[in-house]
Amino acid sequence: MTTAYITLALGTGATVVAAVAVLAVLGALFGLSLYVGSRVFAVDVDPRIDAVLDALPGANCGACGFGGCRAYAEAVVLEGKETGLCAPGGAEVCAAVSKIMGVEAASADAKVAVVHCRGDACSARERGRYAGVADCRAALVPGAGGGSTACAHGCLGLGTCVAACPFGALVMGPDGLPQVIERLCTGCGKCVEACPRGIIQLHSRKQHVFVLCSSHEKAKAVRAACDVGCIGCKRCEKACDKFDAIKVIDNLAVIDDEKCRNCAKCVAVCPQGTIWNLRKARKALDKKRAEEKTAAEREVACPTS
Amino acid sequence: MEALRQLFVVGFGAIFVYNFVLALFLGLCPFIGVSKKMSSAVGMGLAVTFVMTMASVVTFLANLVLIWLGLEDFLQIVVFILVIASFVQFVEMVIQKVSPGLYQALGIYLPLITTNCAVLGVTTLNVAKFTPDAFGFLASAVHGFCGGIGFMLAMVLMSAMREELEFLPVPKAFRGVPVAFLLTGSLALAFFGFGGMV
Repeated sequence: MTTAYITLALGTGATVVAAVAVLAVLGALFGLSLYVGSRVFAVDVDPRIDAVLDALPGANCGACGFGGCRAYAEAVVLEGKETGLCAPGGAEVCAAVSKIMGVEAASADAKVAVVHCRGDACSARERGRYAGVADCRAALVPGAGGGSTACAHGCLGLGTCVAACPFGALVMGPDGLPQVIERLCTGCGKCVEACPRGIIQLHSRKQHVFVLCSSHEKAKAVRAACDVGCIGCKRCEKACDKFDAIKVIDNLAVIDDEKCRNCAKCVAVCPQGTIWNLRKARKALDKKRAEEKTAAEREVACPTS
Repeated sequence: MEALRQLFVVGFGAIFVYNFVLALFLGLCPFIGVSKKMSSAVGMGLAVTFVMTMASVVTFLANLVLIWLGLEDFLQIVVFILVIASFVQFVEMVIQKVSPGLYQALGIYLPLITTNCAVLGVTTLNVAKFTPDAFGFLASAVHGFCGGIGFMLAMVLMSAMREELEFLPVPKAFRGVPVAFLLTGSLALAFFGFGGMV
């Protein structure tokens, strides 16, 4: 009916005019009601939350103990949590967040993950072949057989830790043991949680000497299962007379990071070669990276091709 | 009684026989994108159900206005999009203010599904002239609601399967979205069994 009136009033091009008019009116109407709505239903959000969120790395790894970066930002701004809980961000992010909140920056210790097992394909013996779901936690579910390694505390090599790392800092080595790429590791602790045998632990980057075994078995059982496991002979304990940093507790040598001075006396006396000193290797890697960096800078300044 | 029977037929059809994702292939974007985890799949399903129901109601009324003006032949799609988008935006604002908990659960998905083809699809189907007995107001609302329920059902089934897939040795080229599409196809074939029931 109305079209008849419109056509009568304005001629045959009227439907176009009517269409444009209808859309314009509807658009204006909805736009206005949305504007009114945004005023009436405005939510007061502290702008500092967004500022802190910008300063955070945004990986949502949960190392801070909160459900993602936004949750941590809200906790810092609304509940006054410590600003140094972001492990991947490190001191830089801690300083930035502290600046936004107007507080003193607390120091955050840089941590790195270390895999405490060297039972690779050559040294560690297998009890059988595992043919289940390729996940370390699945292999240890009651009824699944208890894992394929002869050592009940050894690395299963199925890569649950590798999958858990949000930064790609863990790779599965050709020998069946995970390797930590230390320059990518942020110390978030996801791999520590993921490993069902608790083989991976976080240490300060200043610590270079580590006991790379997690087995609490007695010497005979350890020797039967693996060539490089800790047999609890206590030679390291006797060697560390000055600092008293290494003790054999429950058949396993344990280094107290606080007391250890990285003198590596224990490394020399260990008959199994379980204790490693990573200082040289780390220095060599740092040097190599520094060389690569200067070479790259030189290349940018004066390209050779 | 007859009206109730019709509503049941409409609803049952929307959930199983003419499932929006698996039979009509609408709304594949959020279906593939959000079905990796059960928790997000449920949240998304609830949000889509909510939007589809509300959109059906609101667009039915908008369509009445268009019919009165005689412009429903060619302004329908544009006006529907306008109405749905504004309405969902408005509702999101209200939810954020009134219930932060609900906003955390499903509010973040609302902007993602505003102009999702499943939402526009259900609203257009509601008012389509070719349906033998064109949907009235209640039938449109039930169609929208059950369409959303069917969407959520498909998403929950899909997310359960995809969570299992995480541990299986899928060939590298197929990991992620490709195998999800293969699974969707198989699921759609399974739902074929409902064909002809309604």
